[in-house]
Amino acid sequence: MTMAVDAVRDTPFVVGGRTFHSRLMVGTGKYRDNETMARAIEASGAEVVTVAVRRVDLDRSKETGILHHLDPNRYVLLANTAGCFTADDAVRYARLAREAGFNEFVKLEVIGDQETLLPDVQGLLDAARTLVKDGFKVLAYTNEDLVTALRLEDAGCAAVMPLASPIGSGLGLLNPYGVRTIKHRLTVPVVVDAGVGTASDACVTMEQGVDGILMNTALAAARDPVGMAHAMRLAVEAGRTAYLAGRMPKREVAVPSSPLEGMLD
Amino acid sequence: MNDSIDVMVNGEPRTVARGATLLELLRALELDPRAVVVEHNRAIVRRPRLGDVTVAAGDAIELVHFVGGG
Repeated sequence: MTMAVDAVRDTPFVVGGRTFHSRLMVGTGKYRDNETMARAIEASGAEVVTVAVRRVDLDRSKETGILHHLDPNRYVLLANTAGCFTADDAVRYARLAREAGFNEFVKLEVIGDQETLLPDVQGLLDAARTLVKDGFKVLAYTNEDLVTALRLEDAGCAAVMPLASPIGSGLGLLNPYGVRTIKHRLTVPVVVDAGVGTASDACVTMEQGVDGILMNTALAAARDPVGMAHAMRLAVEAGRTAYLAGRMPKREVAVPSSPLEGMLD
Repeated sequence: MNDSIDVMVNGEPRTVARGATLLELLRALELDPRAVVVEHNRAIVRRPRLGDVTVAAGDAIELVHFVGGG
């Protein structure tokens, strides 16, 4: 018997020349412990895993680093520039991350506002241009503004990552039209990053036709991160498959599913 | 002549032996050179060169690694 998903042919998910089987990318922040994180990532099926660059804690240097729990041969480590408020800082962090020696990928964040963590698009574009010139494969975290997304693509970004809603908010996809428009207009992959709170959010987001989702808090802050990771895996697959299958048209009136003929007198 | 110098490591003042290299600094801090990236006065120093670069008084050294993040 043929599996239902085999009937829906998908295109490969390629970012920066690398092909991925999973359209779900996950972060490694805010987990209660590294063991839970490792199990949640495993359950999510993600191949791309984000990490941050920070100072080594010199007083606790015996503590095992996060890389003890993430096999770089198994996962593509995607370093971010989280916490950077200027293009210069983001470029500095990206270069430090690359020096750790895993790959040329960077998730570029240049934050413009402390309260909402919304991006500074001017700084983002400046940093993206510098990093692309420097050989990085830039995945740029941005808002759902089409023009910024187009400029990021022009700048040579490997992927553009519009938010669903603010980082860590769990508010779900607030502007499906904006995200859908970006997807329609860009050639590079569009990966929604931030704001997904639960499985239905992930499913609705994938139904917009985007290429993937990156999430962190939705898993880390769930009561059961491993269970939620499994749910997200299914939701991303369900949303993607539904998008490919093509939903029925919406109507304002009821249309019966059963025949009108053959009713008893 | 004093045989130790003051430098800044990760934003904190530290005293190291005069003439110490970055590699010796890492050893003194009990850090595995393979597990950290070293920035010396804003310039990244690659791992094979850590033993060649000598620390001078007033230098700013950043030692970073990967931590959990989204």
